[in-house]
Amino acid sequence: MKAIRKLLDSQAHLFESGGKLEHLHAFYEAPDTLLFTPGEVTKGSVHVRDGLDLKRMMITVVVALVPCCLMALYNTGFQANLAISQGAQPLDAWQMDLLLLLMGSPEAAFDPTNVIANLAHGAVWFVPVFAVTGIIGGHIEMAFAVFRKHEVNEGFLVTLFLFPLVLPPTIPLWQVGLGIAFAVILAKEAFGGTGMNVLNVALMGRAFLFFAYPADISGDQPWYAVDGLASGIGSIDGLSGATYLAGAAAGSIDWASSAMAVGGSAWLDAFYGLVPGSMGETSALACLLGAAVLIATGIGSWRTMAGVTVGTVAMVLLLNAVGSETNPAFSMPLMWHLVVGGWAFGTVFMATDPVTSAFTEKGKLIYGFGIGVMVVLVRVINPAYPEGMMLAILFMNMFAPFIDYFFVQANIKRRVARNA
Amino acid sequence: MEELISLFVKAVFVENMALAFFLGMCSFLAVSKKVDTAMGLGTAVVFVLTVTTPLNNIIYSKFLKESAMSWLHPSFETLDLSFLNFLTFIATIAATVQVVEMTLDRFMPGLYNALGVFLPLIAVNCAILGASLFMVERDYNLIQSSVFGFGSGVGFLLAIVALAAIREKMRYSNVPPALRGLGITFIVTGLMSMAFMAFAGIQL
Repeated sequence: MKAIRKLLDSQAHLFESGGKLEHLHAFYEAPDTLLFTPGEVTKGSVHVRDGLDLKRMMITVVVALVPCCLMALYNTGFQANLAISQGAQPLDAWQMDLLLLLMGSPEAAFDPTNVIANLAHGAVWFVPVFAVTGIIGGHIEMAFAVFRKHEVNEGFLVTLFLFPLVLPPTIPLWQVGLGIAFAVILAKEAFGGTGMNVLNVALMGRAFLFFAYPADISGDQPWYAVDGLASGIGSIDGLSGATYLAGAAAGSIDWASSAMAVGGSAWLDAFYGLVPGSMGETSALACLLGAAVLIATGIGSWRTMAGVTVGTVAMVLLLNAVGSETNPAFSMPLMWHLVVGGWAFGTVFMATDPVTSAFTEKGKLIYGFGIGVMVVLVRVINPAYPEGMMLAILFMNMFAPFIDYFFVQANIKRRVARNA
Repeated sequence: MEELISLFVKAVFVENMALAFFLGMCSFLAVSKKVDTAMGLGTAVVFVLTVTTPLNNIIYSKFLKESAMSWLHPSFETLDLSFLNFLTFIATIAATVQVVEMTLDRFMPGLYNALGVFLPLIAVNCAILGASLFMVERDYNLIQSSVFGFGSGVGFLLAIVALAAIREKMRYSNVPPALRGLGITFIVTGLMSMAFMAFAGIQL
């Protein structure tokens, strides 16, 4: 660390006002404040209630994301290795050459019982997506910082983690670049940067890819990073090439069987996250750990999470009670809704985004409730999309300012009446 | 009854006038700076749509449609006046807007002034003419067109109020100078319609 500090200090004069590279200040400031505590202190009289600044807040979210990242690495590799061990072929991609280089032999690389092999296999898929997000998104962020003369702050750091985690492992890297470019430019920097956007940045990028390139990201087929799905995969969980949500819509799942019961083998797999899906969102357990961190530190709003849960529970119970002869998804049990797809990840990390959720405390409950209702509606009623978490959150992001407006006005009215 | 409820939901969400068809954009973009006025305009649009769509339906099915006038005299059996659709619909809408305008001027002068020129402009708001034309195209009967008109209005109200709340919140944003005003509003509208895609594809 000392060497880095020295290097930064020796370059500092170039970037300070009057220096040669003054207009590139952001390029110096960003690594400096990311790696070290900034030395600046507030001048004049101050009113500090808490040492929690934007930087610490964002880093806390990243810490909460660690379990999900680990599961992303492990599970992506595990699913691929499991499929390969059952007869599927490794994809013909440079990632596989890299994996073989790392692990030596195919026997060692494609062994689903070997944790290291799984992590390595997951890493060769996850790390490139992460790197592309960071390089392209980061540079766009820097460019805006340079031209608009503000500093790069840690807001992008969270997007950098969230965006790859909600993408499938096999997504082409150029799409990753395009998605994050769309998200950073149109959903964030067009509004002025961190803290000023209206819709969730990471989800906007994913939604863009979702509508522009549905073949790679629509989610009706499970995402295994392997070739030859149709031949070898049939035996996994007894679901031939369909996700639980697509299976629920098609009515091909017997919810009453013992494996499907809460605590049954299939349900536990879905709870631990050992099912195919977007890289970081499969594990409800990892999201629960993240939720514990966010709630304990007060960074994520428990009201939003509670709202989403209540909304989902209410809607699922209602649909279960109503029932439908034509749409088998109506009968999907509650405890399954909570563990499959992006529900847990979205509830914990996306819905609680402090910038795009409602600001008022009561508003957060309503906002969360709306997400819960919407996600079940999209999953069950809309045949076009098997999963609805992304769209439900974006939809309620859109109405969050109005919910706030309603509660703020109600408060103003009450106070006027009290003081009249 | 069930069919009417689906028609209503469809008109509000799945086929939202503003965010799925991008109709009525002029007032949608122009009168969405404040939630109060947006709500006023949205309510006016709801009212005008609820009145004009069934009214146009009656006019269309009793006078303009092919052989519609046969109730008057059998010799009108072959008469097809549907080329007068646009003219008649616009006239009905303009008359209704006139009534709304006079009512607002008399009872809610504040809102009347806030809406300014955009209130008479509702007369040529394409969301309203659009609803009447959809009604013709899809062969709605009187009850269906009332529900459809009301639903379309509610959808427009929902969209414009959401946009207005977002724009009020965006007072704290630091939008690049070149995008301030309408530019960023176009971008927000686009992003909103992406979020509204949640409903695309729902069969009702």
